[in-house]
This record gives sequence, structure tokens and C-alpha cells, in this order.
Amino acid sequence: MLDKVLFYFFAAIAVASAALMVTRRNVVHGAIFLITALLATAGIFLQLRAEFLFIVQIILYVGGIMVLFVFVIMLVNLDVALQQIQFARKKWVALLVALALAAQVGLMFWSSGKMPGQGLPVLTAAAATSLPPNSETVAHSLFESYLLPFEIASVLLLVAMIGAVVMAKKRT
Amino acid sequence: MNAILQATIEFLRHYWAPLLCGVAIVAILPLAVGYIVLVERKLMADMQARLGPMRVGPHGLLQPIADALKLLIKEDIIPDNADKMIFWLAPVLSVGAGLLSIAGLAIGPAFQIAQDINIGILFVVGISAMGIFGIVLGGWASNSHYSLMGALRSSAQLVSYETAAGMALVSALLFTGTLNIKSIVEVQSNEGIWFVMLAPVAFFTYLVASIAETNRAPFDLPEAESELVAGYMTEFSGFRWSLYFLAEYTNMIVVASVATTLFLGGWLRPFAHVSWLNSLDFLPTLFMVVVAAYCVLRMPKQPTRVQQLFMLAVAGLCFVVALVLLVPVVVPIAHPFYAGIHGGFWFICKVSLYIYFFMWLRFTIPRYRFDQLMRLGWHFLIPLSIINVLLVGVALIAASYLNLHGWGLLLVTTPAAVITLIVALLILSAEKQRDVRHDPNAASDFYAG
Repeated sequence: MLDKVLFYFFAAIAVASAALMVTRRNVVHGAIFLITALLATAGIFLQLRAEFLFIVQIILYVGGIMVLFVFVIMLVNLDVALQQIQFARKKWVALLVALALAAQVGLMFWSSGKMPGQGLPVLTAAAATSLPPNSETVAHSLFESYLLPFEIASVLLLVAMIGAVVMAKKRT
Repeated sequence: MNAILQATIEFLRHYWAPLLCGVAIVAILPLAVGYIVLVERKLMADMQARLGPMRVGPHGLLQPIADALKLLIKEDIIPDNADKMIFWLAPVLSVGAGLLSIAGLAIGPAFQIAQDINIGILFVVGISAMGIFGIVLGGWASNSHYSLMGALRSSAQLVSYETAAGMALVSALLFTGTLNIKSIVEVQSNEGIWFVMLAPVAFFTYLVASIAETNRAPFDLPEAESELVAGYMTEFSGFRWSLYFLAEYTNMIVVASVATTLFLGGWLRPFAHVSWLNSLDFLPTLFMVVVAAYCVLRMPKQPTRVQQLFMLAVAGLCFVVALVLLVPVVVPIAHPFYAGIHGGFWFICKVSLYIYFFMWLRFTIPRYRFDQLMRLGWHFLIPLSIINVLLVGVALIAASYLNLHGWGLLLVTTPAAVITLIVALLILSAEKQRDVRHDPNAASDFYAG
């Protein structure tokens, strides 16, 4: 019962603030609603007893949105931005994409009843006491099962980082 | 409606104890912060050969309460062009993050609100970093140049120093292999050695980075009063302003507690497992008795009758605390409470020492310039902490080959620390040479130097 109440609480916040985020004219307000949406998602992670994902979500997005704020403050002239047209008017493309997405989701729900064993995967929740320690589990799967993809991603990020440094460096 | 009520009752039945502790923290912390401020003012006065607050209560002991009352009834001003909603939200966000992160801390083995969470230390660090939103949003919402400048400086500072602090935490966590706060202290208890001995460089890095993160002098650039009036707090007054103040001191307590837990042995007594030093258990009692005796001694010198009585009351309080600390050591029946009570005492003791060091630095070292601050972070602390993580890792592998434990670990970690120090000196000399080559008068502009 408590679980359900909490889930709907977090889910409602996430959906509502996501909707508010795209409709605000003021970019800073948009960023604030982005934070609330992400925090509500973190709450759902916590409810799924994925503590590590919860805190990683918070730590990463605190830093990330912090930088976003700074960019907004430094690069966007708010007084001008408020006057400008807010949305790109490409209605037909948007409609097409929305329909495709809706069809995909609908197909999944429709097929879940039809094909036995191939529909929506419904996992049974483990008891809270029997859960393996969270961060250790993540570490094992990252550094044992998926070591190569992890390293490739790291190298990619490193390349991006060095590239940024090189481009930002003054040519003397 | 009925369902929600039912859920609430179910919630309360399971979680009434942590909830009560949470309420206690929210109630006690502002008082504690008030007294930390009083101690800071007294210390500052002492170092500057003054007396400090003396008027309200004996030796100014009631000053925090007078200050709190003043701040509560002060006029609350919101600038006309401010973004009202965010202006209202920002200080609350700062305080909320600080208070929430305290939930993860273990003040002694008995007192922890969020018991045994797997991510322990990450929770504390991550949630307390959220407080920066309050500062940046408040600075932006004020619609004032000084505030915005302070907010931008603060964000730049946090982003730069969070990396160094994180790396320092990692090199201490390499020894524990767990993030759980209680387990971290238990590992130190089992090894019989605090991590400050094993990873001194990491402790130093964390110390510097934590000062920068809490915006304390000498790194208090976001509120540098000689340049920015009061930085991000310029437009705030009255109760909102005091909320920012509360947030700053709460953050100090949080970083001090994290450092205590990771590096200084948490709630452990110094030399907890050396049996011939067990008489150290009487030290807390002795300390409180000495404080009580001092209060009684100073009582006749107070000018008025009320102040004399107040002094006597403080002495009585100290004496009661001394008794509470003595009973678990002497009376065998009360021994189960020993760990909880003495653990709390030692934890608070270490946290106070750490905060005292913050204050000492504040009154000793002049403020850094912003480009110096950035250079210290990016050119010195971050490389140093990364190298330190690498070397501590190597030392740990060597220790596992040589099968070293406890004080024996020093055999491998000391060389690692020495090598890190040599690297640090190399970095510094390289910086010096760069300075010679560059024009020192060239304008440098990180954000708003």
C-alpha cells in the first residue's frame, strides 16, 4: 500500500514537472523543473531498492544541471529569449514521430496479452532482506561481465575531454 | 483518502524512531549552529586580542538566542525585480540539503537516522552537494549583479573542488571496500589504525577541498565582502539570510563529520584497542568536570546576580554530562550504553576539532584571489589527488602480496605518500617556471576574477 502511494507520488511529480519543463518560457524555470523530474526519477530508483542508481542519478545531475545553469545565465539573454517564438513549428514531423512512438508503446501493450511468455516482462520483487549489496553488484557487472564496453566508453569520454581541452586552449 | 490514511499509519508504525530523531536534529541543529557561531566570534576576538560578545548572558553565552530572535523579527525584503518564487525557494533548498545529508551520518554507533544504507558516504556527499542549487538560484533570482557574480563563483568553485574531494574520498575508500558508514568505522576499528595515518595526502586534499566547498575563508570568494558586498546573499535579509547562514554551518558540520568518519576513526576512542590505555575512558568525564569547575570558579566575578546563577546552571549541566559519561565506565549494569554514549562524545569531539581548524585558518590566512583559487584547484589539487589514488592502489596491492595488516600497512603506504609529496613538489616547481615565462600582470578571467 505504502509502496503504491509512494510510486504514484514520485511518478506524478516526474510527469508533471517534465511537462512543465518544456512549456516554461523562462529557461531557468525549465532547468528547475528538469531537476525536479530527475529527482522524482531518483525517488523511483530508491523505491526499487536500487540505492546506488539513486545516488548516482543525484550526484551526476547536480553537477550536470549546475553547468547547464551557468550556460543559461551566461549565454542566453533572458529578456530577448522571452520575446522569441518558443517552439519550432514543424507540426507534421512532430505528429509523425509522436504517432510512431505511440504505435510502438501500443503494440507492446497489445502483444503482451497475445503471446504467452513474450509480452511485458513482469519481474517478481525480491524481499528487501535478500538483496545483494547494491554498489558491489554494480561494480561486479561493470568490471567483470562488461569490462570491455566499459573501457571503450571510458576511452571515448577521455577523448572528448582531451578534445575539449585542446580546443579551449589559447593558441600562443 | 482512506488509503492514504492507512499508508500513513503503516509508515508511522515502522518509522517512528527515525522520524523522532529527524525532528530532534531539525530542532537542535539551529541551536548548535548558533553556538558554533558564538565560539567562532569568541575565537576571532581572542586571536585579535579583543573580548568578543560579552553583554548577553555571562561571557555572551546567550548571544546566539538574542541573535536568532533579532533575525526572526527583522524586516523581510524581497527586491521588486526578483524572481519571487525562486527567491523564496532558494534558501530553503540550501538548508534542506544540509539537514537531509545529516540523516546518513552515524554519530556514535547508536545514533544514525538512516540505518545501514549501502551507499552511506555517497548519500551524505551527494545530498549535501545539492545545497549549491540554493546558492546559485538565490544569486540568480535576486536580479543583482553582485549576487549573480557570487553565485557563478560559487558554482565554479564547487565544480572544481568536488573532483579533488571525490578523489580523496576514493583513496580512503580503497582501504575499506565499502561505502556503509558503520562498516567504514568498523574497518578502522579492526585494523587498529585510522586512515589519516594511511592516507595523509588524501586527508590534506579533502581538508582543502572541503574548505573550498563550504565557501569558508580563505576560499570565501562567493561572499567576498570587499569585492561583492555579500555575494549571493546580498539581497537577502532577516530570516532568509539566516537560513543561508544555517546552511553554511550545517555544511561545515557535514564535511567535518565525513572527514571524521573516513579519516579520523569516527566514534572510536584514540587507541581503542590498546588495553593499557583503557584509563583514557575517564578523560571525557575529567574534561567535563574541569569545565564545570572553571564555571564555578568564574562565578563570583560576574557582575549581576542573574549572570552568577546562569554560570552556576552551566556548571551543573557540565557536571550532569560528566556523570552520564562516568556511569557506563564504572557501573557494570550500564555497560551496554558505553559504546553509544562515549562514541557520541568522541565523534562530537573530533568534529569540533575539525571545525576549530576551519576557524583557525579563517583568522590566519588572507583570502585568495579567484584565479589563484582556480589554479590551486586545477593545477595542484586535482593532479595530486589522482596520483594519490593510483599510488594508494599500488600500495594496497603490495600489502595484499606481503600480507600486511594494521600498523604494518604503514610500510607500504608511507612510501606511496612520500612519492606523492615528491610529485607535488615537482608540480609546484613546474608552476613556478610557468609563472616566470608568463607575464604575471596579464589579466586572467575565469568566470569573474
